[in-house]
Amino acid sequence: MHMQSLTRAPRTQADRHTGRLMILPMLVVVSVFSLYPAVDSFLLSLHRWFLGLPSLGRPFVGLDNYREFLQDPIAHQALLVTAGFVLASTALELLLGLGIALVIHEHFVGRGGVRAAILVPWAIPTVVASQMWRFLANDQYGAINLVLFGDDIGAYVPWLADPWSAFGIIVLADVWKTSSFAALLILAGLQLIPDDLYDAARVDGATAWQRFWHLTLPLLKPALLTALLFRTIDAFRVFDLVFVMTQGGPGDATQVIQFYGYKTLFTEGRVGYGTTISVTVFVVILMLSFLYVRMVGSKLLERRAT
Amino acid sequence: MTRTRGEHVLLWGGILLAVGGSLFPFLWLVSTSLKSPIYVEAIPPTWWPDGSLVFYRNVLFEHRLFDYMINSAIVAGSTTGLALLVATPAAYALARLRLPGTAWILRGLLCVAMFPQIVIAGPVWRMLERLGGLNTHWGLVLPYVALTLPLAVWILATFFNDLPRELEEAASIDGCTTGQTLMYVMLPLAVPGLFTAAILTFIYAWNEFFFALLILTDPAKHTLPVGIALFQGEFTMPWGEIAAASVLATLPLIVVVLLFQRGIIGGLSAGAIKG
Repeated sequence: MHMQSLTRAPRTQADRHTGRLMILPMLVVVSVFSLYPAVDSFLLSLHRWFLGLPSLGRPFVGLDNYREFLQDPIAHQALLVTAGFVLASTALELLLGLGIALVIHEHFVGRGGVRAAILVPWAIPTVVASQMWRFLANDQYGAINLVLFGDDIGAYVPWLADPWSAFGIIVLADVWKTSSFAALLILAGLQLIPDDLYDAARVDGATAWQRFWHLTLPLLKPALLTALLFRTIDAFRVFDLVFVMTQGGPGDATQVIQFYGYKTLFTEGRVGYGTTISVTVFVVILMLSFLYVRMVGSKLLERRAT
Repeated sequence: MTRTRGEHVLLWGGILLAVGGSLFPFLWLVSTSLKSPIYVEAIPPTWWPDGSLVFYRNVLFEHRLFDYMINSAIVAGSTTGLALLVATPAAYALARLRLPGTAWILRGLLCVAMFPQIVIAGPVWRMLERLGGLNTHWGLVLPYVALTLPLAVWILATFFNDLPRELEEAASIDGCTTGQTLMYVMLPLAVPGLFTAAILTFIYAWNEFFFALLILTDPAKHTLPVGIALFQGEFTMPWGEIAAASVLATLPLIVVVLLFQRGIIGGLSAGAIKG
């Protein structure tokens, strides 16, 4: 290892030049289609702009849109719904993800097939998963009612018509769709724990539960935290599920902040205010991302640090 | 490794729950898609389909599903090709050439991957409007390339980083330039990594909804997710058609997952970015 770094150290100037050229296209694409739009959105949020009223122009209004956001009861409700969604779905996904990871980490006949089956919800387009759960929760033809009540059709429940159960179904759909991804992140953590530790614990007479509680769980903490942050960020951005399943309803029961921002921005054409909502979400996510990036462990980054 | 009886029960119980829970909802959709119309609207629903293909015929020949599939294939295919073309040299340089600021670029890419789509979508939409890119395939492909680059670069950089350095050194002693080393020495070795990056990029572009909804508004240009999300019947929800369309949109992905499960699992935990 040391020999390699010694022989690699004197890189030629030409090599650096080639390297910069190799990164350049990537930087340009990301800057034009991700960084610049984000900055542009921030600037727009300082303007008042109604798409339907071009005669009003786009006056600069400073932080007016942010003041409106602070006083907008619908936005507050949307934030509350989002917070509830993030908490409920992330907690369930981590628990289920941990369970799945522990199972698929074991050696058993047919493990490859089981892993593939668990990847199916992750691979399915979110829109398809949304339509699927909308149908499963249908008041007349849905499988949820069939499983719970069988032929007793008088007991069938219109799940998506009630605020609380509609919220529950959306959480359920998200948990179904993304627990397997949480499981993969946790599995990556499990694979880092050396088998010797378990063998030693076995020799010392530790039960399966003791091995899990005193060995696996503490060593898994970084992976669990990564998965937690990742899922939190992702749950914050939920949109497709709500768009397809409820359009924010009934009432505003499932109107998450991303959907409210979308409606304000693209349906109502209140560009300035709609962008303000999206920038607010962005700032929260950016702070979470900074935390996340600090935690990501990768040989790629470690090597640079030395 | 030996397990006690209790551990066996726990393990196989867990396997059953995980596999059943993962597959049951989708199997219900498959079952629905294979029913005759009268059974889809039966109350209570029936468990088993009667094997009718009428909904598949409907979506393929009376709706525009075929167009959607072509659009999705074009968009996802072009996105994958372009993203890999841009990501591969970048990933190699970031993994191997010790440029200043490499760690910052890699961290920055992780952050960019987290950007909420809505904050990017408005300005991108206006940019495309000025350039005439709305309702064109390239108008969707360009933002998709940007959105998938962070993941592709991380997967590939992780992969390059694990390749032995001796080969590169041999190549440079033999007088290869950096570009030639990448092209002829490293790239052939990186094929599994390229494959994983390609699969995950393709799945992302095939499944993406938000940008597709905003940029391709002409029904003839819809991709599969938009077509399926906006599927409307004249009077009632056409559940049978939606189920058939959903199965057709998902089938290619399931085949990919079955074939490349190992690569996908490895790739997804590279930098722990989501596909």
